[in-house]
Amino acid sequence: MDKLASAEDALSVIENGMTVGIGGWGPRRKPMSLVRALLRSNVRDLTLVAYGGADVGLLCAAGKVKRVIFAFVSLDFMPLEPAFRQARESGAIEVTEIDEGMMLLGLRAAAWGSPFIPTPVGLGTDVIRNAPEIKVIDSPYDDKEWVAMPALPLDVALLHATRATATGVCEIESPDHYMDDWFIRAADHSVVSVDEIVEPAHFADPAVARRVYWERNCVNSVVHQPGGAHPSSSDPLYGFDVSHFKAYGQHIADGGYAAWAEAFLGADESAYQQSVGGLDAIQSLQLPAY
Amino acid sequence: MTFSLAELMVSAASRVFDDDGEVLATGIGLLPRLAASVAMRSSNPDLLMTDSQSFVLSSPNPVSGLKTHAGQANENWMGFSRVFDNLWSGARHALVGPSQIDRFVQSNISALGGSYDAPKVQLLGVRGFPGNSIRHANSFFVPKHSRRVFVEGECDVVCSIGYNPDRLPKGYAFSDIDVRQVITDLCVMDFQGEAFQPRVTSLHPGVTLEEVRDNTGFELAVIDHLSETPAPSPTQLSLMAELDPENLRAKQLKDNPPGVRAAPADAE
Repeated sequence: MDKLASAEDALSVIENGMTVGIGGWGPRRKPMSLVRALLRSNVRDLTLVAYGGADVGLLCAAGKVKRVIFAFVSLDFMPLEPAFRQARESGAIEVTEIDEGMMLLGLRAAAWGSPFIPTPVGLGTDVIRNAPEIKVIDSPYDDKEWVAMPALPLDVALLHATRATATGVCEIESPDHYMDDWFIRAADHSVVSVDEIVEPAHFADPAVARRVYWERNCVNSVVHQPGGAHPSSSDPLYGFDVSHFKAYGQHIADGGYAAWAEAFLGADESAYQQSVGGLDAIQSLQLPAY
Repeated sequence: MTFSLAELMVSAASRVFDDDGEVLATGIGLLPRLAASVAMRSSNPDLLMTDSQSFVLSSPNPVSGLKTHAGQANENWMGFSRVFDNLWSGARHALVGPSQIDRFVQSNISALGGSYDAPKVQLLGVRGFPGNSIRHANSFFVPKHSRRVFVEGECDVVCSIGYNPDRLPKGYAFSDIDVRQVITDLCVMDFQGEAFQPRVTSLHPGVTLEEVRDNTGFELAVIDHLSETPAPSPTQLSLMAELDPENLRAKQLKDNPPGVRAAPADAE
C-alpha cells in the first residue's frame, strides 16, 4: 500500500478538538514540517500530548491549542520554551501536568487497551492534587494506595523518522527513538514525516531492521520532507539549530507568534526552508555535544 | 592548596555517592554532573553514568569541551524509555537543583506563584521528579542558599514527595522516602535527625550557623559535633580539572568565590 502523501493531505484527518500526540523529545526529532502545516491550517482546540519543545510552543502561540498534557516543554540548551512560557503565564491554555514516566504509562495503557496502569509515581505530589481526573485507588493485592494513570488515547500521532519505505516501514537511525513507538501505538491514526524514502531492500540488513520500532500497519501516511525536523534535530543527518532557536526566542519575546510567523513560516515548507537558509544549510547543521 | 567554593561544593556533592554501590548516578547541571563524575572516577567506580542521552558509559564524559559523542566509552544503549525501567527499579541516585525546597524537603522545578492555570512564572514542569522521589534516592544541589529557595511555607508546586505527614500516601512510612543530602554554597544538610527534619551536618569554611539560619525559611536542626565541610582532596581537584578542561565550574557561582572565606573583622 502506497502511503506517500503531502503534509496537507495527510493532516486533513485532523479535526477541531482532536487529541494529537507529537513524538520526539524537546529539541530533538520533532515532526516540525507537519507542525508548520498545522500552523497554516484552520484547525483549533487541539489537545496536545508531547515531550514538548518548539512544537508545543508554536502551536500554543498560534492559538491552536485548548489543552496540553505535559511533563516539560523545553529546548534543553534553552531550558524554558519561550512561547509555552507565555501561553502558560497568560493562562491561555488548560493543562494536565504529569511526570515524564506517567506519560509513558498513559500511552502504553492506550496502546494495550487498558483503562489505566497502576503506579506509585505522583503520590505525595501536586500532580495528583492539581489533576483530579487522575485517580488514586486501593490495590486488591496490598494495603497501599496507587495512582491509576489513565490511558492517553490519541486521535492522531505525528512523528519524524530518518527514512521509510512508501509502505510505511520506518527507520530511526538516531541514537534514541524516545517514546515514539508508544505514541504511534496509542493513536488511531498516524502521520510520519521522513528525511528520506528508501526501497524495501534497505531493510534486509538485520542491523537496519532492528532500527524499526513499530510495524508498518501502525502507519497511515508517510510525508517525504527532507529537513522536515528543522529546527529540531534529525540525528545523524543534521543537528538542532541553536541559532534559529535563539532567533525564535527573540521573535516570540519581541513580537509574539505573529513576528515569528511573519519572519519564517512562509506559505509552504519550501518558503520556510528558504527563510532559514535553505535545505543545504539545514543538512549541514552539527549536533551540539554536551 | 587553594580551591574555589564551587570546587568545595563539587567535592561535598561527590561524597553523596560514596556508599551507593552499583547505582545509576545522575547529576543534572554542570556542577552536579561533575560531582557524580568525580565520584565515579574516585570513591565509587561501581557507579553507572549516562552520556545525558542514550548510552551508559564505562567512564564519564568530560562536562566541558566535548565536541562529539563519537568515541565515548559506551557500555550499553539506554534510551529514555529504558531509563524509566532502570530508575523505577530504585537503583539510581539523582543529584538535582530545584528552584524551591521546603521544610518537608519537597521540591519544585515546575512553576512559581500564580495558579495551576496561570502560574506567575512557568519553569520546567514537574519532569521526572514525582517518579524519582518515590522510587529512588535523591540529593539536592543549591548554588545560592537563600529564603527564595528554602521557602517558609510549602513549595508553590510540590514536584517531589518529601517528609510531609499530610501528604504521606496510605501504606507508606517516611523511611520509604530517600532524600539523602542537600549541598549548598553555605553548608551541607541531611534529614537523618529526629522526625526526618532538615539538619545541618557541616558548615563551609568561614560560614556561621546564624548565616545559614538567616537564609533559610524554616527551622533547622544541627547535628551533634557540627564540623567544617572538608576541603577537596588533591585527587578530587585534579579529577575536576581533567573532567572540566574548560573550567566552566569557575563560571557557575557569581564571582567564583574562594572555598575558604576571609574571616569577618567582627568575628567573636
